[in-house]
Amino acid sequence: MQFMLLFSRQGKLRLQKWYVPLSDKEKKKITRELVQTVLARKPKMCSFLEWRDLKIVYKRYASLYFCCAIEDQDNELITLEIIHRYVELLDKYFGSVCELDIIFNFEKAYFILDEFLLGGEAQETSKKNVLKAIEQADLLQENIDFQMRLFAGNFGGKPNNPCCSIRSVALDVNSPPQGQQKQHPSNINTDFEVTGLLFSLISQPSCLK
Amino acid sequence: MPAPIRLRELIRTIRTARTQAEEREMIQKECAAIRSSFREEDNTYRCRNVAKLLYMHMLGYPAHFGQLECLKLIASQKFTDKRIGYLGAMLLLDERQDVHLLMTNCIKNDLNHSTQYVQGLALCTLGCMGSSEMCRDLAGEVEKLLKTSNSYLRKKAALCAVHVIRKVPELMEMFLPATKNLLSEKNHGVLHTSVVLLTEMCERSPDMLSHFRKLVPQLVRILKNLIMSGYSPEHDVSGISDPFLQVRILRLLRILGRSDDDSSEAMNDILAQVATNTETSKNVGNAILYETVLTIMDIKSESGLRVLAINILGRFLLNNDKNIRYVALTSLLKTVQTDHNAVQRHRSTIVDCLKDLDVSIKRRAMELSFALVNGNNIRGMMKELLYFLDSCDPEFKADCASGVFLAAEKYAPSKRWHIDTIMRVLTTAGSYVRDDSVPNLIQLITNSVEMHAYTVQRLYKALLDDISQQPLVQVSSWCIGEYGDLLVSGQCEEEEPIQVTEDEVLDVLEGLLVSNLSTPVTRGYALTAIMKLSTRFSSVNRIKKVVSIYGSSIDVELQQRAVEYNALFKKYDHMRPALLERMPIMEKTATNGPTEIVQTNGETEPSVLDTKHPPPVTQPANQVRAGVIISKYAGLHLCNLYIGIPPMTAYNKNGLKIEFTFERANPNPNIAVITIHASNSTEADMTDFVFQAAVPKVSRHSLELILKCLIMKHSRFVQSKLCHSILKTLNLVESWVNMSECESRLT
Repeated sequence: MQFMLLFSRQGKLRLQKWYVPLSDKEKKKITRELVQTVLARKPKMCSFLEWRDLKIVYKRYASLYFCCAIEDQDNELITLEIIHRYVELLDKYFGSVCELDIIFNFEKAYFILDEFLLGGEAQETSKKNVLKAIEQADLLQENIDFQMRLFAGNFGGKPNNPCCSIRSVALDVNSPPQGQQKQHPSNINTDFEVTGLLFSLISQPSCLK
Repeated sequence: MPAPIRLRELIRTIRTARTQAEEREMIQKECAAIRSSFREEDNTYRCRNVAKLLYMHMLGYPAHFGQLECLKLIASQKFTDKRIGYLGAMLLLDERQDVHLLMTNCIKNDLNHSTQYVQGLALCTLGCMGSSEMCRDLAGEVEKLLKTSNSYLRKKAALCAVHVIRKVPELMEMFLPATKNLLSEKNHGVLHTSVVLLTEMCERSPDMLSHFRKLVPQLVRILKNLIMSGYSPEHDVSGISDPFLQVRILRLLRILGRSDDDSSEAMNDILAQVATNTETSKNVGNAILYETVLTIMDIKSESGLRVLAINILGRFLLNNDKNIRYVALTSLLKTVQTDHNAVQRHRSTIVDCLKDLDVSIKRRAMELSFALVNGNNIRGMMKELLYFLDSCDPEFKADCASGVFLAAEKYAPSKRWHIDTIMRVLTTAGSYVRDDSVPNLIQLITNSVEMHAYTVQRLYKALLDDISQQPLVQVSSWCIGEYGDLLVSGQCEEEEPIQVTEDEVLDVLEGLLVSNLSTPVTRGYALTAIMKLSTRFSSVNRIKKVVSIYGSSIDVELQQRAVEYNALFKKYDHMRPALLERMPIMEKTATNGPTEIVQTNGETEPSVLDTKHPPPVTQPANQVRAGVIISKYAGLHLCNLYIGIPPMTAYNKNGLKIEFTFERANPNPNIAVITIHASNSTEADMTDFVFQAAVPKVSRHSLELILKCLIMKHSRFVQSKLCHSILKTLNLVESWVNMSECESRLT
């Protein structure tokens, strides 16, 4: 795989992963052209098209287009499966994933992608293992930071802990953007931000379902 | 300094912006804040700031000032920092910036970190965007990790190794020992990535390929286990066990079995098993079947297996899923050359796909249809293809038209059918026909002598209907120019002859000259056609008038022609009939063939060889130097106008006679063969006959001259270094043709 793009029906880029070295300008140009081409396709058309000397495989999930560019010798049908697997992973992690999840937690989407694909190829074919790895890494993030702060004598705690702000939790609980209350157990961690050391060791990272 | 706002806050704020300008303003404000925060070397919030920068980068705003910050994050001890730092590096940095090399040391340290997730981050980053320098430095570390027992790291190291090999192929050898027991792993992740690594190595190096052939039995076994094993929830996808791994193994088997009989035989059974046992209701199953078919077609499989594969593709063609049909058509296109008969069986399904709504499928079906046309099915196929030509999108018309012409030329059952087909194409897709088809068509028409009357009549009628399609108009005007007399005399046998007067014909042609729809090229054709009719029609005065009018045309080409034709009328009237004679039958030519003939109709016999004898520089008694200049464009003309150039005597003195004869090489008609016959009519032997051939530099693309030398002996000739030196001239160097004979000795 040479690159993967996720974009909305309005053509806004939500995620871009490049596995070939290209300049920023080239990436922008390719993105623009490809987005235009794919959005121009009618709904009943097949998921493959030839573009420049690459094969493009795309699939639409709700309001997001998942688009991969593969090489001549790659199998198009299995690429569709790879795309589907990635969506399943996102779904399991975020719980009924929607575009907003990916907008607000784009770095998590990247982390999951990097646990599933490396250098354009699948590194793990078991859904369970990928999710487990992400979960462990998330845990590590919380634990190490906690320990670090413990040992650094950082008691009294800064009210805004940088490590918390990038976890997939800090959605404003009062007005969830998707219009429904998502029960993220790790909401508990927002307390952590406020109360500093009252770190709840029983908090479950959100990826465990 | 208040704490920088959180990432989610920023995202929410930016999304509330109603216009692009508003968004830009918010972004700029935030960027300024981030920049000052970076300047202050704030460790606590660096992570948050970089994360925000990455978001803004995705929206399309510049974020290069964050590159160094990413490096600082990578170097930090906090896992969170590292995570964002590596992500930033992958998004913002690439091997073009020098900055990225600073990462090397950090990555090296992290590859040896105590926590596997940190190692994982490092491997991932290296495997995605490592430059060749980085790969060179860190290959050793990757190789070490490839041998670890930790499967989490091993699988990542394998893919990282793939990337290293792609960047620095010379390092491939280094990973060889580590691959020894990769396939004995139980972990599917490691298996999958190992197969990818082995595939990469085999594709790049034939030595590796032969080395890894011994793995075929092991691969077959793994594949068998996957198929036969029961349900395994961890790797199951719609009832199939680990399809990703299956596809990968099939691909590796393909590479290993290619051009190797033993390996191919070892995998015959498993391929047949996969092909028959795989569940085809979902896309997954079809993905595996697709890969299996590709493998079967590529290795040296037995014919039964190949037929099985083609049948699978045939079934794909009937599948409701468009993607499957597309894939089937693509594969059939690849196999149609080798397994033509098997693919023929599915011809009707393929032709049905021409009516599909999807553009990609239509294109594939069209290409495949053309590949399947043969002498037996030409009439039926052509009907379908012409129907397709009528109704398809403009983007297809040019290719389709060319395809139809080619097919018609190869398999036309009769001349009449051929001409009818061409007419159909010209009238339905006339404006999309390629430029080079016009001369080809003209040549075809010229050569179908018995159809001249019929052709010109049909073309005339088409012209009356529509003069907008330039290729049609050009061919028509050329034909009318050539065969106008047949048209007027109503000699058509094939169909009802129409009543047409000379004036009507001239009206039509003059109409072309004045019409806005005609291009300059078309006007040229029309004018020349009118001129030609001056020898075939009796209304010469009218033609003279037209020609003289265009002598002052603004279009230079038209003006030139008119002036020349005028001159023909005035000063060279005696030559006119000969020059404007009917064109002779043309042989099939090379690239810039008949175009020359068509447009400069006067020259039926251009000066091919200007044979001159240059004054000999030194002329010792026995030495004769005879030079033959082959003029610059002779080569082109030779190839083009092979209307039987008569043999010519280049030199005939002192008993030595040199003759050139010209013919076309068999089987390659692009090669002109000039045969030089040298004969000795004296009583004595001629010795030391040296032949040197030199020809002007002509583009390689258009011709090759092979000079063959035949020596006919009248009396004895001592053949010396002749033919060998001739072969050297194939590279077309500028010099002289020299034939010299040194001494005639008395025996």
